[in-house]
Amino acid sequence: MADNLARVREEGVVHTPPRGVKAPAADAAVQGRLRGDKAFLGGVLAVSLLAVLPLVLILAFIIVRGASSINWQFLTELPRPMGEAGGGISNAIVGTIILIAVASVISIPLGILAGIFLSESGKSGLGRLTRLSVETLMGVPSIVIGIVAYVWVVRTTGHFSALSGGVALSMIMLPVITLSTEETLLMIPESLREAALALGVSYPRTVLRVILPAGASGVITGALLGVARAAGETAPLLFTSFGSPYMEYNILKPMASLPQTIFFYATSPYPEWQSLAWGASFVLLVLVLALNLVTKLVTSRWKIQF
Amino acid sequence: MKVSRLLLAAALIVSLGGIGFAQSFEFVGAGATFPAPLYTKMFDQYAKEFGVKVNYQAIGSGGGQAQIKGRTVDFGASDVVMTAKDLVDAPAEIVQVPMVAGAVVLVSNLPGNPQLRFTPDVVADIFLGKIKNWNDQRISSVNPDVKFPNLNITVVHRSDGSGTTGVFSDYLSKVSDEWKTKVGMGTSLNWPVGIGGKGNPGVAGLVKQLPGAFGYVELIYAIQNNIPYALLKNKSGNWIKASLQSTSTAANVPVPEDVTKLSTTNSDAPEGYPIASFTWLLLYKEQNYGNHQKDKCEALLKMIWWMTHDGQKYAEPLAYAVLPAPVVAKAESIIKSITFDGKPLFAGGM
Amino acid sequence: MDGDPEHGTRRMRTAQASDSAFRITLFFGGIVVSVLLIAILLSLVLSSRPALVANGFRFLTGSEWDPVTNSFHALPFVFGTLVTSLIALAIATVLSLALAVLMGEYFRAGMFASVMRTAVELLAGIPSIVYGFIGLFFLVPAIRVVQIVLGVPPFGVGILTSSILLAFMILPYSASIGREMLMLVPSDLKEAALSLGATRSETVWKVSLPYARSGIMGGVFLSLGRALGETMAVTMVIGNSNIITANLLSPGNTMASLIANEFSEAQGAVYLASLIEIALLLFIISTVINILGKVVINRMVEAV
Repeated sequence: MADNLARVREEGVVHTPPRGVKAPAADAAVQGRLRGDKAFLGGVLAVSLLAVLPLVLILAFIIVRGASSINWQFLTELPRPMGEAGGGISNAIVGTIILIAVASVISIPLGILAGIFLSESGKSGLGRLTRLSVETLMGVPSIVIGIVAYVWVVRTTGHFSALSGGVALSMIMLPVITLSTEETLLMIPESLREAALALGVSYPRTVLRVILPAGASGVITGALLGVARAAGETAPLLFTSFGSPYMEYNILKPMASLPQTIFFYATSPYPEWQSLAWGASFVLLVLVLALNLVTKLVTSRWKIQF
Repeated sequence: MKVSRLLLAAALIVSLGGIGFAQSFEFVGAGATFPAPLYTKMFDQYAKEFGVKVNYQAIGSGGGQAQIKGRTVDFGASDVVMTAKDLVDAPAEIVQVPMVAGAVVLVSNLPGNPQLRFTPDVVADIFLGKIKNWNDQRISSVNPDVKFPNLNITVVHRSDGSGTTGVFSDYLSKVSDEWKTKVGMGTSLNWPVGIGGKGNPGVAGLVKQLPGAFGYVELIYAIQNNIPYALLKNKSGNWIKASLQSTSTAANVPVPEDVTKLSTTNSDAPEGYPIASFTWLLLYKEQNYGNHQKDKCEALLKMIWWMTHDGQKYAEPLAYAVLPAPVVAKAESIIKSITFDGKPLFAGGM
Repeated sequence: MDGDPEHGTRRMRTAQASDSAFRITLFFGGIVVSVLLIAILLSLVLSSRPALVANGFRFLTGSEWDPVTNSFHALPFVFGTLVTSLIALAIATVLSLALAVLMGEYFRAGMFASVMRTAVELLAGIPSIVYGFIGLFFLVPAIRVVQIVLGVPPFGVGILTSSILLAFMILPYSASIGREMLMLVPSDLKEAALSLGATRSETVWKVSLPYARSGIMGGVFLSLGRALGETMAVTMVIGNSNIITANLLSPGNTMASLIANEFSEAQGAVYLASLIEIALLLFIISTVINILGKVVINRMVEAV
């Protein structure tokens, strides 16, 4: 670069050959730089592919080993006692669904509400405090949240329960939903709001019936991402929902869940149990990735472009 | 704290609604991984015969003790008796019922899976980190027929609070003064060396995969996973292999009035295996607490009675030793002493 | 506007009432969330009080964790957490920088770009337990082979293993943020460099990256925050040894892993409270790092 500049100063012009004529062999230095350029791209490409290599590995192994464990028995039966073959993870699947449901009931309404608040009054004192709280909450390790849920729910009620697990998961989902809602609503142009207000629509109606629906895709996306994140969490469930070998529908009782099942079976030495872990990983992965895919679909189909 | 009161109220309302479903009781228990294979089998059978379901989570004896003290489970399970020091912060009196006897064996991972022998001092010194390599003279002197490679010993212990650890460290404290002062006895220890595995299954898994590993697990875990376990020299100088026979022999001790004084490690019996122990079920003497109902507590005692009588037939196929008769008698008297509102709850018999 | 002035006033009053009710509800939403965080912090402090009192400042400087004698010190776990996170960060930064440059400079749009972007998003979505499982089954034996070749104890599990696993778990965050920061670099700056004869790579290296440097740093901080709190994957491959050592091939332990292993069985008020004190410490450290990251990113975004 420096020598080109020098040449321009000296000669007043940079020689470019006329069309159709092949350029004379450039400087060795330039050749070197051009080679370096290609090498750089090559290096970046190589390292990037290395970075996503585990994804390929993970998907490959879980699909191969996990899919072979999946059969009707696996999906509908309960686990067998230690060391016995057979059994399934039906209670874990149901448990994860119920835990997510409990967490969603708590966090989705609250998250959307807080998200609307932040988009409306984000610059106010309380708004800034709320944003700080939400962003901090986003970064709190899930095991710490599990302890808090233990102190708040398990200790006071005197037993483990899916409810306490749901409370823990809701604290994990809440910041995701809140921030996603806020971000979506902030992107909706002021003109929409002003048009509604100018037409005499009341403020609450403007927000709820005009702005929120316009950002519906983003809000739904936020909720789905929150669910995807919570579905895969294990640590906060260790001392809240506790796990169970039975099918359980009562949220005041301990309940099994997919991540916990994987943890328990993966660290056991029994090959039958390890294959259950593979199968459960497959199911969990399918669930999480499906949620991510649905998110993309929602965004591409329902997102209103302004 | 209003939220917690609301939650509590909601919980009470829903659980009151559960009275209608009185017949199919469900209990929640937690604790030792040591007897977990047997317990899960027993609970499975009991559910088939009597319709009572038990949710037992094998989180380690330490967990069993902590959860019963916290009253978050109906019963706890521990391989190690709770001492007066452990019981000091319990909200009420806890009784401990012996269930079955098992053996803690030393498992290793060496090429060729040779049958090894150990003396107590060698075991202690390995776990203290003083003997570091398999080709150490002290190991080969008691194993003259085995060729040991130049391989580091990787000690594998428990990462969670474990009664198996409690039993093992009890034994080590008896045979090694240095262990007793440096590390002591307990369910969670400050290990001088080694890596931790979660639960008996975790230790078994690590030993199985790690060349040069040396760890301790309950007998059934070694058998189920085909891991070789060593002979130990007992107090009388005999080489004993852990088995139903040697475990029962070691477990056949007079049961003192205060059951917490019962110790079966470092057995005096000539043919007794040195690291044998009972495993215990923990529950409150007075069962009327929280939202307990009388019939449910009675059902719990009935089940525990079954476990110490008819249920014992599932023990031997899984390499656990049944309770000797005097211990069963002791268990019966403990069960009969459990009360509801001060009145004995279960008079015995099925 | 309508005929009846009373009707109009009443309507206006109703409108004002529902307006204020709505604003109050929104306000309430904000308050609940703010209070939540404060409540979490308070709960942690209150529940760990017996330990704060019993352990004092020695908690942060001692290295013994002995439940038998009630002697609790945090240093081995703080060490383990920081070492695994920092090594993971080093590895992840290299990997995510490459991804950020690839997706933010060379392949911003098109088929390959969306495939890579999707791949990174999917990596972020894989649950921690699945990473741990894969790590246990593939990374641990691989490291074991390396250790056998090197002649060191073939633990397989350990600090290095956890760091490698962590690196792959956190790289999606810094990669995405890095990509966004690189896309914020004004094109006239890049075009100026290119027109002066710089190659593409020289432009990236000497113009774009320095420009986006603070934003990328912010992304790195956020990944660090995530690494600090990671529990399940780490606990499965770290080896659970409470030691402080410079040997990366040795097992270790982290704050989160300690809590996961010992919490459900801690007996005795001081033991349990000490574990909660560890949780409090972890909360404080990760919060500080996260806030730092946010501040750094905001500064970069505002400067653009």
